[in-house]
Amino acid sequence: MLQSKFKSLTPRNDVLSFIVLAIVLMVLLPILFDIFRLNLIGKYLTFAFVAIGLVLSWGLGGILSLGQGVFFGIGGYAMAMFLKLEASTPENTAIQSTPGIPDFMDWNQLTALPWFWEPFHSFTFTVVAIIVVPAIFAYIIGAAMFKRRVGGVYFAIITQAIAAIMTILIIGQQGYTGGVNGITDLRTLLGWDIRTDSAKYVLYFVNAFLLLAVLVVAQYIRKSKLGRLLVAMRDSEDRVRFSGYDVSNFKIFIFCIAGIFSSIGGAMFTLQVGFMSPSLIGIVPSIEMVIFAAVGGNLSIIGAVYGALLVNWAKTILSESYPEIWLFAMGALFIAVVMAFPKGLAGLYETYIQPKVDKQLDKWFKKEKAE
Amino acid sequence: MYQQKDFVLSVEGLTVSFDGFKAVNDVSFYIEEQEIRVIIGPNGAGKTTILDLICGKTKSTEGSIKFKGKELTKLKEHEIVHAGVGRKFQNPSIYEDLTVFENLELSYPRGKKVFGALTFNRDQEVIDKVNEIAEMIFLEELLLSKASLLSHGQKQWLEIGMLLIQDPELLMLDEPVAGMSVSERKQTAALLQKITKDRSVLVIEHDMHFVEEIADRVTVMHQGKVLSEGSMEHVQSDPKVIEVYLGH
Repeated sequence: MLQSKFKSLTPRNDVLSFIVLAIVLMVLLPILFDIFRLNLIGKYLTFAFVAIGLVLSWGLGGILSLGQGVFFGIGGYAMAMFLKLEASTPENTAIQSTPGIPDFMDWNQLTALPWFWEPFHSFTFTVVAIIVVPAIFAYIIGAAMFKRRVGGVYFAIITQAIAAIMTILIIGQQGYTGGVNGITDLRTLLGWDIRTDSAKYVLYFVNAFLLLAVLVVAQYIRKSKLGRLLVAMRDSEDRVRFSGYDVSNFKIFIFCIAGIFSSIGGAMFTLQVGFMSPSLIGIVPSIEMVIFAAVGGNLSIIGAVYGALLVNWAKTILSESYPEIWLFAMGALFIAVVMAFPKGLAGLYETYIQPKVDKQLDKWFKKEKAE
Repeated sequence: MYQQKDFVLSVEGLTVSFDGFKAVNDVSFYIEEQEIRVIIGPNGAGKTTILDLICGKTKSTEGSIKFKGKELTKLKEHEIVHAGVGRKFQNPSIYEDLTVFENLELSYPRGKKVFGALTFNRDQEVIDKVNEIAEMIFLEELLLSKASLLSHGQKQWLEIGMLLIQDPELLMLDEPVAGMSVSERKQTAALLQKITKDRSVLVIEHDMHFVEEIADRVTVMHQGKVLSEGSMEHVQSDPKVIEVYLGH
């Protein structure tokens, strides 16, 4: 307790599980799987960004958002808009009645690029937007809800409604958004073909690296006083308020952070999978993201990554063979996790494996000291 | 600048009505520096509501609450805390999932904003202060225990400690000895005597022995109004008070 700041930020077990995860992501998985499977894993990992955000806001702070798909979509669409503009050069779109605009706009009789698409010609703007737009959006939602002390179930329902509204909006405004098909046929990033195997490898590693970076940020927040405050708010919000904290600001902050993480995941999804569509931001995907966090253990940021990997892997296997069963299986899984292992995979690890690991580590450290 | 020099807290004409029901009706009282004031009264007299009004948990319908000349009725809860008013709740409200140390640390008056909390550094000053307070509240051996493992009485002390670390000028305690054993109650009385040296204290309590032990002055409330006020002997011999307590 009284150790230096750095030590208190990095308890031994956290460091160990971070290193193991880094080895799994950076070495083990790339060796074990071919690029087709690795690309799929990369796709699963983009959902881990969302799950980590949910661990911070829901697990730590007790703020359950059932609309994180919205933020995933903001990042995903921002990236897709940039890539789409790059793919829609006048040469590539010469057969359209208005060359130089994305194909779906042409199909919808648009004759000019809408104003809000213009800035997405710039890659810098796009990257900034991926971070800033979800933060602003989360701030507006958070300020509107938390300042009025709306929380708990009501907050969950409202975020869910926002996810539904976003989907309807995107599907309805086909000419501006690509509608239900989303934005497809993305080709290059700054002239670099993202559809080749080598590009997929590079993107996988960039994604894994970003994920590890997000984990470091999440760990910092978790171990800061702000992290303890979130736990305190979950226990006794009034006590925090009457200890001189403006509780709503802390909730808004962590909701913004969760939104930014999700948005980064969305952008990496677009890059690796090559499209973005409303099917990834609505109610069902938003709830799936909560399930990833729950299966991983809603208090464990590392668990969230494994949760996202495992559930998505199960989803791929199951929906390849029995597509109609998947939704039921997902529901059953969620119920099972909540009823039987409320702390998810991380809880199982802590109960059954960690004590043994601890013993082993103690032995090693003692040996080192003795020598 | 103090409006009325001797009073730390002046409550005047305070009224709150919930759908027409006046839980607190035209209440006025004044607390001096370093005074221990106890509010007593039967259930439903509006005692806890008074504390809720002072700390901003409930907004008043009418009247004014001035703390060192500053109007509190317009301030937000956390602003009232920063002005120097601390409040302990009836049921011990502490952070069960955190350690005793962390519970106390969160009340330390630094890093109360988002970025302050992100960059908060647990330096020697904080550690010393937490240790000092922990010793005062008899929990110095338990700093590393989770707060959920404390006994009921220890939880009450912990919450008092969380207030002390804020160093408020006015400390409000809602039934601090409820559910405590006899020895714990004695320790708490000693604790209160010690901590009131440099601040004013407003206590709600049912336990008459305890009230006699600590109170400078007593305010008796009944049905949202002040029934009687003065020293313990004075209110005990007041026929109106006897009527309310024994009359039915």
